Amino acid sequence: MGSVNVYGPPASTAVARVLACLLEKEVKFQLIPVNMAKGKHKAPEYLKIQPFGQVPAFQDESITLFESRAISRYLCDKFADKGNKGLFGNGLLERASIEQWLEAEAQSFNPPSSVLVFQLAFAPRMRLKQDPAVIEQNEGKLAKVLDVYENRLEESRFLAGDDFTLADLSHLPNAQYITGTDRGHLLTSRKNVNRWWEEISSRPSWKKVVEMQKAPPS
Amino acid sequence: MGVLKLHGHPYSGATLRVLSVLHEKGLEFEFVPIDLATGEHKKEHFLSLNPFGQIPAFEDGEIRMFESRAITQYLAHAYADRGTELLFKETKKMAEMSVWAEVEAQKFDPPASKVAFELIFKPMIGGGAADEATVAEQQAALSKVLDVYEARLAGSSYLSGDSFGLADAHHQPLVHYLLGTTAKAAFDSRPYVSRWAADILSRPAWVNALAQQSNAP
Repeated sequence: MGSVNVYGPPASTAVARVLACLLEKEVKFQLIPVNMAKGKHKAPEYLKIQPFGQVPAFQDESITLFESRAISRYLCDKFADKGNKGLFGNGLLERASIEQWLEAEAQSFNPPSSVLVFQLAFAPRMRLKQDPAVIEQNEGKLAKVLDVYENRLEESRFLAGDDFTLADLSHLPNAQYITGTDRGHLLTSRKNVNRWWEEISSRPSWKKVVEMQKAPPS
Repeated sequence: MGVLKLHGHPYSGATLRVLSVLHEKGLEFEFVPIDLATGEHKKEHFLSLNPFGQIPAFEDGEIRMFESRAITQYLAHAYADRGTELLFKETKKMAEMSVWAEVEAQKFDPPASKVAFELIFKPMIGGGAADEATVAEQQAALSKVLDVYEARLAGSSYLSGDSFGLADAHHQPLVHYLLGTTAKAAFDSRPYVSRWAADILSRPAWVNALAQQSNAP
């Protein structure tokens, strides 16, 4: 059995997404640090495995991948019988619903929430100036998306249906950062979104990722 | 399966994306035009199909879906035995296509759709002249993406792999629109990208998808 390698810091939301999936699937992996402060993610050797110079990059034996949502889909496909077997649903109909909400995450939730994560969580750490207008604009966008989620989660325990799936998992990294800021109320003040957030973030696999994010950098 | 219905607008990139795959699969479907000008996509009936109030929405008998890239995935799987093969059976090849499908959604679409909006749709809807600074910024971002595409296509016939797949199909609408603008230069100056763009736009299924624009009332 070859080794699974993930490149990048757990603090990265995209790396965290892959880590959550690996832990749900109970797939052993090695986390390989990439010193982004020293620009190692733009070094020629790294660009060979991730041509956009971003994290994560991923290797499993002879295969090299990037884009966290593609890596997650691959893990569900290759390791279908390991760990959480229902992560990508059983059958065509369940899978279609998961794909739909995975796309909703990627296209509707991710853009405004990523901006807020950067502005509220990363900019202060990097001593960059926050932009109040950008924060306000993206809060408004995210609020509209979460209104749709609130209605959906009234009739459904998780986004794609009755079970926790990749669609829910994909939201964890950005939501984790936002709930740690003073804009966390965007999620916690909405009854069903808050219920859903509490449930998905209390999964042991996600708690492990949060621990990894808090560990001192190697 | 049941009766297939696609609710959308023939000029919408996301609608065209699904139209292309419906034609690749040789499927019969009903096209239900949505009147964006009167805000039909924000009204209750449409919201019951897509709570985000965006086109397209799709029905296959009792199944209802939104998000064009989820609909195309569904079609590719549900109708795997019909028309063009858009997926790869081998796990490794499927994963490699999945990477480039995500690249389209995460890296290509944002700058490409902003350029298309400024240069084509904004004037079309009477939104005024293109914002030069935005166009320049987004064209620069797009060029960086196309540099990566040039390297990929130097070693692979298609972004999806050695044959045309979903990841290539997803690009058709915005590549088509951008080639009708000054952004064409970014494609023409990259030989592998240029060849690939011409190839994917010459597919009969894509030509049929575009023909929906002539059917508009």
